[in-house]
Amino acid sequence: MNSIWTIARKELSDSLRNRWLIAIALVFATLALGIAWFGAAASGQVGYASTPATIASLASLGIFLIPLIALLLAYDAIVGEEEGGTLLLLMTYPLSRGQLLFGKFLGHGLTLALATLIGFGVAGVAIAVLVQDVAVGALALAMLRFIVSTTLLGWGFIALAYVVSVRVSEKPVAAGLALAIWFFFVLIFDLMLLGTLVASQGEFNPDLLPWLLLLNPTDIYRLLNIVTFSDGAQLSGVLSLGADLPIGPGGLWLALVLWFVVPLAGALALFRSRRI
Amino acid sequence: MSCFRLENVSYRYDKALVLNGVDLRLEPGEILGLFGHNGAGKTTSIKLILGLMTASQGKVSVLDGEAGDPRVSQYIGYLPENVMFYPQLTGREILAHFARLKGANLRQVPELLGQVGLEDAMDARVKTYSKGMRQRLGLAQALLGKPRLLMLDEPTVGLDPVATADLYRLLRKLRDEGTGIVLCSHVLPGVEPYIDRAAILTDGSLKAVGDLGSLRRQANMPVTLSLEPENGVAELEAVINGAQASAGLMVRRDNGHLHVDVRSSEKMALVKTLMASGEVRDLGIYQPTLEDVYVHFIGSGGLSHRGGSQ
Repeated sequence: MNSIWTIARKELSDSLRNRWLIAIALVFATLALGIAWFGAAASGQVGYASTPATIASLASLGIFLIPLIALLLAYDAIVGEEEGGTLLLLMTYPLSRGQLLFGKFLGHGLTLALATLIGFGVAGVAIAVLVQDVAVGALALAMLRFIVSTTLLGWGFIALAYVVSVRVSEKPVAAGLALAIWFFFVLIFDLMLLGTLVASQGEFNPDLLPWLLLLNPTDIYRLLNIVTFSDGAQLSGVLSLGADLPIGPGGLWLALVLWFVVPLAGALALFRSRRI
Repeated sequence: MSCFRLENVSYRYDKALVLNGVDLRLEPGEILGLFGHNGAGKTTSIKLILGLMTASQGKVSVLDGEAGDPRVSQYIGYLPENVMFYPQLTGREILAHFARLKGANLRQVPELLGQVGLEDAMDARVKTYSKGMRQRLGLAQALLGKPRLLMLDEPTVGLDPVATADLYRLLRKLRDEGTGIVLCSHVLPGVEPYIDRAAILTDGSLKAVGDLGSLRRQANMPVTLSLEPENGVAELEAVINGAQASAGLMVRRDNGHLHVDVRSSEKMALVKTLMASGEVRDLGIYQPTLEDVYVHFIGSGGLSHRGGSQ
């Protein structure tokens, strides 16, 4: 446990040193405040629209941004140590590969969690203080759900980045593959799902289709933050499938947790079989 | 307790046999020189002892335990060839990080940095370090937590002569305190005075092991006598020819001196005859050096022989 924390601590202090943590938090806070104030601009007015609309807009932006930040933060976790020449040395220390990987995860995960908490937390507090007739209780609950799910989504992509990082032997390759992961889950997946839906002309088993949404963590994240507010009324595109899912929010949370546990376990298995 | 014991160890990388039936051991309080051309299996042997890889065949035991066991690696210090560190951190931060990982006392950090001569640079970022300074930091790292087994791969690269001498003095001190030390180096004349035993690897098998005396005997290489004549080269040569009981004597003239290659076993007999003849004014005896012995065992395959992959 001690060595896991030693590794995590170094990652954390690295992200403080290179200003990653503060930069991410700042981006989040700016985005949240910007959306809160100008989110309703499309309907011709400036000002706070409503908590559900704000969270929905934030979540839509989050699915682009969070995976990208998580992947960037973590893609060089192992391959970077190898290229830097420190992986070999670390492995001669009383430190198992599992401890190294979990330490990295703890460090990167905490960085992202802190940035999310600070960034969106500050925005939430600002909204609560500055907007006159906002229901603070509902806002706090929505913000909490948003922050926790954002963190879980980020952890999922950190773990996915590790799967790449333990497998390849050059940093640029890892960066390329990380981008490919982003591209797939954020852009391609829904298109493929829609395409399947349309092309099958209803032949596709309608009971199976909603489950396919669980294969993409960003869809789970969106469902969690949008569906819970709107009873499916605002849903568009593939998300409307989510209304048919027979699992409640509890199931969605579990799915999001599995989305970081499973890739992390996979990364560990791959790392153990890697030759150093 | 042995520092490590390799018993009939083989290692295959894909299909290629990288190590072939190696038997080697190191006892506490001993400095072992590990020599061989590139790709001879030095790095592989070290990685097996460090537990970074497992042997395909044979038994590897380290400090009476399994290689790679955390309880064992806590007592191993290792300096890799071309050691690298996190460029953004200072020397002190890096050493503290590794000290925590090794469970070493953090008070050791400034102590060791002073010992390797980095006290003035310990708060500078490592990216500003020269090669020699990085090497010193690597040494400090290897010495964390009082290792019982120390493995140094090319420790003197980038060090100036004074620092090199300091290093060897330090290694001697550690050896006298009971640390077992493995030294890999290509600078054979540099390490020769400091090693207790040498192991010579070629193409994955152990060619020879032993102290320098026994390696010389195994190699059966001649001793060279350098003779300055009292009266004249011709008279001296006559004495040598007269004394010659067996074949294998090589005599060369050089600038009024005579150089005679003689078998180790016949050296004393020849020296006695020469002394008795009164024809010798001065005498020098040159034993084959570590480098001579090394070249003998490696064979003179030239560069083509040394070009193997790591």
